[in-house]
Amino acid sequence: MENLMATLKAQIVEQLNLQEVKPEDIGDDMPLFKDGLGLDSIDALELIVLLQQHYRIRIANPEKGPEIFHSVRTIADFITAHQQQNN
Amino acid sequence: MDSTGLNITGSVVIRNNRIYRNNVVIWETPEDQPLPDFLRAAYDHFSGQYPKFHKMDHLSKLGWLAAEVLLQHRPFTGYAPEQVGLILANRSASLDTDLRYFDSIKEFPSPALFVYTLANIVMGEISIRHGFKGENAFFTSDAYDEQLLMDYTKQLLAEGAVSAVLCGWIEVMGSGYEVILHQIEK
Repeated sequence: MENLMATLKAQIVEQLNLQEVKPEDIGDDMPLFKDGLGLDSIDALELIVLLQQHYRIRIANPEKGPEIFHSVRTIADFITAHQQQNN
Repeated sequence: MDSTGLNITGSVVIRNNRIYRNNVVIWETPEDQPLPDFLRAAYDHFSGQYPKFHKMDHLSKLGWLAAEVLLQHRPFTGYAPEQVGLILANRSASLDTDLRYFDSIKEFPSPALFVYTLANIVMGEISIRHGFKGENAFFTSDAYDEQLLMDYTKQLLAEGAVSAVLCGWIEVMGSGYEVILHQIEK
């Protein structure tokens, strides 16, 4: 889980072009939107692309988006659960 | 008031990796520096406080930077947000970004690129940064027709639609770019 979260942080910084943020600046439980990392709706779409591109996961229910993308930990949990389901 | 009959209170030109304000070079980098590196260096020099800059396409970065250079020097003060307008033009519209987006479609279409596939997005970025809510227009023409932009601006000022305007030319296509932006006040 720790490795996955570290990888995700690096991927988020790269995919979202966060040139003034280092992966280690992103806390595991830091909210990614609004007052946390300050991501916006376009970034949310980029996160969906990131999951498809790197983890071959499609978000079947868009309403779950806010829950899945709340923080790096919630994304990692979602990926892990999805991978276990498919094994 | 100059020969245009307008009160031009400031001008910025960006070309050949030089930034001129009111006809004086205020900052430059070597001419062979690639555009993305020039834009990043200019951002670091003039701002460094607006992370969204890095997500913009080249057209928006150039416009945002030109407005920053002008308005840091002489802010629009005393005008309601609805009284500040933007009148811009260029040759290639958003083609530079359209092609990048087209390229991204081959794998995963990029939402971050897609939002810049309209030429007038640069006006949105400048407006968000400075809180402008006035009239705006974006023209596309083969060459910079300053007379057209000045006449349009004059008309808006005469009608009372706006009291201050940023007006000019923001062109980028590949590595070629040119910005001429005027600050006009009633």
